[in-house]
Amino acid sequence: MKILAVCGMGFGSSLMLKMTADRVIQKKGINAEVEATDIGTAESVQADLILTNNEFASQLEGGKSAVKAIMNMASEEEVGKAIDEFLENNK
Amino acid sequence: MEEMKVDKRYIQWEKRADNWMDAIRISAQPLLQEQKITTNYVEAMITNIQELGPYILIAPNVALPHARPEQGVNEIGLSVTVFQEMVFFDKAEAEKPSEAKIFICLAAKDSESHLNLLKEISSLIENEEMITRMMNTNSEEELHEIFE
Repeated sequence: MKILAVCGMGFGSSLMLKMTADRVIQKKGINAEVEATDIGTAESVQADLILTNNEFASQLEGGKSAVKAIMNMASEEEVGKAIDEFLENNK
Repeated sequence: MEEMKVDKRYIQWEKRADNWMDAIRISAQPLLQEQKITTNYVEAMITNIQELGPYILIAPNVALPHARPEQGVNEIGLSVTVFQEMVFFDKAEAEKPSEAKIFICLAAKDSESHLNLLKEISSLIENEEMITRMMNTNSEEELHEIFE
């Protein structure tokens, strides 16, 4: 699966979110690729799941990708939960 | 997890800010003073938020003001500012809390050093106890002790 981490600039919180997601998928043994990007290019990137902040989650919802808002970009627990929920809904 | 090391010069404790723009300017002050960033960088951080919304909120109560390296970074750097009074951002679309007390101002130059700083910040905000301790400080001295 492809996960997209989105933030305003594409190299601050999205990279932090990518680092967290990378740790989570490694620990869970999920076959996924994580890419960090900025909000401007997010909509043109194909992804199964978008992880982002509250602000951008509402902007990105309604597209092809599932969107999950993350409160704490460094929380493996929160990111893990978002990925699990996505996998559960897309069996 | 690596421990975050920040020089005292880059740690500030403030009672309050007039608004979020003021908070960002205050949080950038040590980096500006040491000429790690230009005034252009400070204004870019503010403009970016005005255009995109408060995307710099990276965890409950924690903001990571930053702009692009080419918007005025001379040297890599990071400053930490704790405001005793909550700083509010303009209401986000999702109507979720848009507020922060801890401002970590980031100036990145190249991607590698940048990633190392992000890792350190990441391990800091993952540590809820540390965040709570920082928010409950009552003076700059107390805050400095946490980072010693």
